[in-house]
Parts: sequence; C-alpha cells; structure tokens
Amino acid sequence: MLLVAVAVLSLGASVFAPANYATQFRDDLPNAAPSHQHWLGTDDLGRDRFSRVLYGTRVSLLLAPTAALLSTLLAAFVGALAGYLGGPWEKLAMAGTDLFLSLPWLFLLLMVRAMLPLNISAFASVTVTFLLLGLLGWAASARVVCAGARTIRNSDFVLLARASGVSRARLLMLHVLPNLKPALLAQFWISIPVFILSEANLGVLGLGVTEPLPSWGSLLRELESYANFSNEYWRLVPLILLVITVTSFQLILTRDEAAA
Amino acid sequence: MLHLISRHVLRLAVTLLLGGLLAATLIRFAPGFDSDEQQLDSRLSSESIEALRQQRAAQGNVLEFYAGFLGSAVYGDFGQSQTLNRPVRELVAERVPVTLKLMGYGLLVGWSLALLFAATATMARIVAWDLTTTALAGLFLCVPSAVLALGFVFLRAPGFLALGLIVFANVFRYWRNLLDKSYAMPHIVTARAKGLGTMKVLLWHVLPVAAPQLLAVAGVSVSVALGASIPVEALCGIPGIGQLAWQAALGRDLSLLVTITLVVTVITMLSNTFSEVMGHAFRVQRA
Repeated sequence: MLLVAVAVLSLGASVFAPANYATQFRDDLPNAAPSHQHWLGTDDLGRDRFSRVLYGTRVSLLLAPTAALLSTLLAAFVGALAGYLGGPWEKLAMAGTDLFLSLPWLFLLLMVRAMLPLNISAFASVTVTFLLLGLLGWAASARVVCAGARTIRNSDFVLLARASGVSRARLLMLHVLPNLKPALLAQFWISIPVFILSEANLGVLGLGVTEPLPSWGSLLRELESYANFSNEYWRLVPLILLVITVTSFQLILTRDEAAA
Repeated sequence: MLHLISRHVLRLAVTLLLGGLLAATLIRFAPGFDSDEQQLDSRLSSESIEALRQQRAAQGNVLEFYAGFLGSAVYGDFGQSQTLNRPVRELVAERVPVTLKLMGYGLLVGWSLALLFAATATMARIVAWDLTTTALAGLFLCVPSAVLALGFVFLRAPGFLALGLIVFANVFRYWRNLLDKSYAMPHIVTARAKGLGTMKVLLWHVLPVAAPQLLAVAGVSVSVALGASIPVEALCGIPGIGQLAWQAALGRDLSLLVTITLVVTVITMLSNTFSEVMGHAFRVQRA
C-alpha cells in the first residue's frame, strides 16, 4: 500500500507538486522552514523541496525498473542461450559472467562512469546513470537464468520435443523461455532495489544524476550538511521514502519466496 | 586441494588478462583519449607538439596499446596519475594498507554481529528476538551505504563501524538460514534430545556442519565490503583505495581507476579462493 501511495504521488508529480523542480522562489530565503506554501521548505537555491522530492521519486521509481528490465533482458539472452546450448558456449558465457562478477559492482560502475564526461546535461546524466546500471547489472541474474535453462534443457519434455523434430530456435522461444519466466521475474524484482540503492550511492558521491534534475541520489546529497541542520527533520523525507520503497520491494520478494 | 588452488590461480590470471584488456579498451575509446593537455602548452615547439600527436597516434591500436600497458605493468609501472601527478604504483601502495585495515575491522564487526545474532536467533527460538534481528538487518540493507557512512560522520563514530553494519546486513540472512538448516539436521536434533548443552551443540555440531557455506558467504562479503569502502572512505575522510577511486572517478583519472579496479579484483578473487579452500578443507576433515 505504501509503495502504491509513493508510486501514485510520484507519477502524478506534475499534478501534485506545487511547483516545478527547478523553479526558484527568490522572494523566500533559501533553506526556508516548512510553510503552507512550501510543505518541506526550500533547498539551498530556494527551490520547493516537496516538489523536488516528488519529481526525484518519479525519476528513481520509473528508471530503476527500466534499468532492471534491461538487465533482466540481457541476463535472459546470455543465460538462456548459454544454458540451452551448453558445452563450450555455456563455459564461455559463464567465464564472461565470472569476469563481471569478480569486479566489485561499485568499482565497475565508477570505472565505466568515469569514462564518460561528467559535464553532461541533466537528462543525459539520468540516461547514462540508469543505462549503466542496466548494462552492468546483468551478470548475477545471468548465472541464475543459465542454471534454470540447463535444468530445462535436461528435462524430459525438452528431450521429447527434440525427438519430435522441433527446431532449436522454436524450442528456445516456445518451451525454454516461457519456463524461465518465474526466474526472470524474480531477477527483475531483485534488481529494482539494488539499482535504486546504487543510484543513491552514486548520487551522494556526485556521480549520478546532475542538477537541476532531482533523483533520490541527488536529494540525499543534501544530507552531507545535515550536521549543520540536525533539528530540521524534514530534510530526511527523501531518505525515509527511499527506505520505505526499498523495504517494500524486499517484502514483495520475501513474500514471493515464501509462496514459492 | 592443490588442484583447487591451481584452478583458482589460473582463473585469477585469466580474469586479470581479460580485465586488463577490457580496461585498456575502455581507456583507448574514452572521450578525449586522442588529445593531450600538453599540446596546448604555448612553450612547446611545433615539432614537440607533432611528436606528442604521433605518440598518441601510435597508441591507436588497442592490442598494441594493451601490450604496452601489460609490458609496463610487469615492471610495476602502471603509469602516472593525471589528477594527483604521481606514479599510480606509489598511490596504490600507500592506500591499500589503509583499506585493508578498515576492511579488517569492518568485516570483524560485521561477521561477529551476524554470527551472534544468527546463532542466538537460531538457538533461542524467541519470535520477538527473531523479528528484531531480521528487521535490523533488513533496515541496514535498505539504507544506501553512502547515507549510512554520512550517519557515522554525523555521530563522529569510526568508519569501520559503518562498514561492519553493511557487512552484517548482507551476511545475516544467509547465515541465519544456514544455521537454521544445520540445526534441523537429524543428528543435531538427537544431540539436543539427549540433553547436550546449547553451546556444545552450536560449537561442536552446528558450526562445523555449516562451516563451508558460512565461509563461502564470508568470502562474498569481502567483495561487499570493498564496494562499500568507496562511500565510507570518501565520506568519512579515510585515505584508502575507495577514496582514491572516488577522486579518480571525479577527475576522470582513467589509468589510476583501472589499476585500482584490477587491484580490487585481485583482492576479491583471493578472498574467494581462500574461503573456498578453507571450505574444502572443512569438508575433507569431516569426510
């Protein structure tokens, strides 16, 4: 319910937000306290914090699943093909996957992010950040999918289908991939909170989405100076929203695991 | 055992060679590789600028570039840091011990907390305690490591505690499940039914059975700790490899970043090898 509420509020940001995320209220003081006009006050540049939280939530909530979808598709492609073909193809694909997995995730992200220019437009930075997450986060899922495809390859019904003369491509598309759907769905749900947290970490380190576009990562950067504003609890709202969202995704996963 | 170690050493060598090739390719095709700041130096003659251009052009072929990179790396020359203007080898050698110390303390705290909480939750079977430990681990799992590090800066607490909590959150659930499974094994149920003390059951029966898997998870947690060391060191002001990687990323210091990534890969793979060898030794001993 909480996740749905957060999603509805963020998706309708353009309706619910009292101002645009980049609009500066120069008449008010920067870092203003909450008021009727600005429910969560204003930030250092006099922008309405509530609006920025809504728009930032929208960016993270829309793009993390998109990146998760991309990484799941890549994992499905590599894992299913490797597991289904087996032999040297599987060994080669899994060696590549191992190579990816032996590089710690955040180091790999930093390395590839640093290859790209830092002074790019806000929209380009959003695209680059989430595209990187999607393109680099497939390896662990691919291993799981490969194991699943291997089991299906050795199952009786696939053997029967092969004996009946069903072509490899047809077998893969009509029999192997549909049976991998539960594993792929699980990997998709697992990836979403991982990508949300990774974007937040990149954002706090100044390597995520750039100004003026907000995201949870860039909003959490404000907490760097929280020691100076420790009585201003409203600054913690993005963090609370992030924790609620990630917890909700974890609970969905736990429920699915229990049901399985 | 020897076969296992040699297989891991071979895998490490192949991963490093392929990782190096990947890194060299990324450096070669990164925007701005063909240009050199020195070419803008007005004191240089046109011949010198042309020589610089030709030097860059000679690195145009990725394989040649990689061979050069490897050749220098064999002699410990990983190039010069563009942002810090010092040899990469010196910088990495200075910072690695700091990170290893931070990780050592952090892993010790994380593993101790996870083992303590997992063992007590498994043995005590008190619903409230079980829920509390699970919720605590779940909460730390849902907070970005950078925010956790900021919290420790705010509290003026040492950075390794933040790392410890991150490790604890990542390890606890797996260890709890492993101990649960071991605790439900028939010979352990029999031992409990015969009245063997709780600590004796844990130390003599449960832990030895679960040890190989516990060690495997511990090996993976080293990689988690390494990843978390970036935000922890960057935000807590600890001059380790994580902070260096962050500075290199902000300054687009590619040669430094690539060397750091390779060093981190070696540490990750060595820890995985160690945990697997230890797990194998446990299995052999029990057999």
